[in-house]
Amino acid sequence: MRRTRATAASAVTVSLLAAVTACGGGSSTDGGSNDSPKTLTYWASNQGPSIEADKKILTPELKKFEQQTGIKVKLEVIPWSDLLNRILAATTSGQGPDVLNIGNTWSASLQATGALLPWDDKNFDRIGGRDRFVESALGSAGATGSDPAAVPLYSMAYALYYNKKMFEDAGVSGPPATWDELVADGKKISRDGKWALGAEGANPSENIHHVFVLGKQHGADFFDADGKPDFTSDGAVAAVKQYVDLMGRDKVVAPGNAEYAQNQSLKDFAKDKTAMVLWQTAAATLKAHGMSDDEWGVAPVPVQSGAPGDGTAVNSMVAGINMAVFKNTDNTDGALKFVKFMTSDAEQKTLNRTYGSIPPVKAAQEDPAFNTPALKVIRDTLAESAAPLPQVPNESQFETAVGTAVKELFADAAAGRPVTTASVKEKLSEAQQQMPKK
Amino acid sequence: MTVTAEPAVGKRALPGATGPTPRRRTGRVRRVALPYLLLLPALLLELLVHLVPMVIGIVMSFKELTQFYIRDWGAAPWAGFDNYSLSVDFDAPVGEALLHSFFVTCAFTVLSVGLCWLLGTTAAVYMQESFRGRGFLRAVFLVPYALPVYAAVITWAFMFQRDNGLVNHVLHDQLGLTDSPSFWLIGDNSFVALLVVSVWKGWPFAFLIVMAGLQNIPRELYEAASIDGAGMLQQLRRVTLPSLRPVNQVLVLVLFLWTFNDFNTPYVLFGKAAPEAADLISIHIYQSSFVTWNFGTGSAMSVLLLLFLLVVTGVYLALTSRGRSAADA
Repeated sequence: MRRTRATAASAVTVSLLAAVTACGGGSSTDGGSNDSPKTLTYWASNQGPSIEADKKILTPELKKFEQQTGIKVKLEVIPWSDLLNRILAATTSGQGPDVLNIGNTWSASLQATGALLPWDDKNFDRIGGRDRFVESALGSAGATGSDPAAVPLYSMAYALYYNKKMFEDAGVSGPPATWDELVADGKKISRDGKWALGAEGANPSENIHHVFVLGKQHGADFFDADGKPDFTSDGAVAAVKQYVDLMGRDKVVAPGNAEYAQNQSLKDFAKDKTAMVLWQTAAATLKAHGMSDDEWGVAPVPVQSGAPGDGTAVNSMVAGINMAVFKNTDNTDGALKFVKFMTSDAEQKTLNRTYGSIPPVKAAQEDPAFNTPALKVIRDTLAESAAPLPQVPNESQFETAVGTAVKELFADAAAGRPVTTASVKEKLSEAQQQMPKK
Repeated sequence: MTVTAEPAVGKRALPGATGPTPRRRTGRVRRVALPYLLLLPALLLELLVHLVPMVIGIVMSFKELTQFYIRDWGAAPWAGFDNYSLSVDFDAPVGEALLHSFFVTCAFTVLSVGLCWLLGTTAAVYMQESFRGRGFLRAVFLVPYALPVYAAVITWAFMFQRDNGLVNHVLHDQLGLTDSPSFWLIGDNSFVALLVVSVWKGWPFAFLIVMAGLQNIPRELYEAASIDGAGMLQQLRRVTLPSLRPVNQVLVLVLFLWTFNDFNTPYVLFGKAAPEAADLISIHIYQSSFVTWNFGTGSAMSVLLLLFLLVVTGVYLALTSRGRSAADA
């Protein structure tokens, strides 16, 4: 009996430990201080081909900052898959870095936590003023109508990358401008183990970016004017169906892409297995996969009809990385100096050139380095036909809920199960009901 | 620990014995208190590390905890039983998904624990006989248990890839068992993939524990059974399994709790959004809490899971101890 009781006690303990996954939170103080003026911690997002590459790129710049200001910056490069969780943990505990990178689509969600320093006019003045930045980039730095929660650092937009050799082999003369053309060209290409378009079907965030753009093209926003989820509108359903149909109905995306989530489609592109990918800044990765710059071309992402532009001819989300200051910093002055340094004209040119992105700082954008054919497409897209993802506090949940629904629909399409308007609507309805009510 | 103290009191209470002197009493108090004193640091740490977060988790389950409040969760408004009613409203998507996940987890746990136990026991029984290479085989069997979980599961994830994975290469290309390469990491097959990895990872533990249990069975029992004419199967049924009952009781319970709450395997195999067919409850709760930022609802789900595990553990222990008492009597 005694042994039974001991077993029971240990079993109860084990089950308690195993079951409760929620963890404690901490209180936090408002506003930063300058208690530790000589050091800063910086969480950089993984921008380059690897974390090591990022360290190599950023370290000399940080040394430069140290020489100018005497402030030492401790760098940590964080993979994308961990970044949001790390920020969330830092927010809960109040023990975060001083300065950090955030994906610009998370701006409004993270702003809602109150953990980030708001960029009011006073703070903007300390880094040279709000006017230095491109307006569309600022539009994806926080909820509409409030001070931005971050400052744009690298801007990107989606473009259509195409494999010249595969186009030539299939007798396709140039990149498609509309989705109908893409499907028609795609059918010529998709044979003998080769496929027209790559997709990262199991990556919810990637799915969201594409269905958001298609949603815009169908006149849907996924959120209504009050910021409430509106996932089941006709336009939203049509957008999701059109994207998944590229695999299920049109058969221009390989079924295997339904389980891709680690940028495998870029590798297929470089290995002449896939002729097109919709990507943000692929140059460095393509080079890493052994593809030379003259083997691929860049064109705007297709639209439903006509040419890219405002309204229903939106063909990209405003993609990019923002830089935020953690409200709990021990070195507010240093953090602002560091943001000023990173968004200075010179640093913007250096960093964006290295990463293949576009500077969100107007003066730096004028540099001829950003006028190559590939970057010009991205620049024009950002200027004329890109829209920021909904800047609502529930954006992060939207990415997961709808992105996962698209992942499941891709799984259906890959398995040969029909994807119908009704099945799409059902999945989107389930996703909507999983969103927080308040 | 009181076991040692009680007989001492009994001895002193014998007729003719004088009452304990103050010095003796101090010694006795010391003897009784010492074990508790030694346990105290562990107990305090246990409280701090486990019970406190658990209580916090329970409090959170009664709060409307979203991104607006995570910075200072104490300030989140009270939600009453809203999070619980949302979780158990099986007609609405949140509750329906939780129930689905619960059933998937139950099926997964029963199959995984059953297979782990069966494989472990079979291997351990066969390894009892001494033969050439036994030591080597024993070591090989323990490899999955010794490998870091992350490395092992990610290797499986590579092997399960549809186009380049080893599994399809063998099943489809070499053996021709399937018409076309199958998906293992998405769709319905993901349940099988998860089960395979879980059993591969879990059975060496069962093997190890059963093997240890077998060492304690006296050889004479087998000799006696053999003299009485019992064959190998009868020996297994009449000697081995009954002797292993206390070991199996703990083994099955531990495997059940580990498997039911397994987070690492599905997370590494499928990422943050597991396929519906392999949506284990641990990852479902993780997604509700940390991916969709409904921390209150996620906590409520955790508490429900905790209650379920407590009930199952309690019933299991009551049943098995009753079975053993009956057997002992």
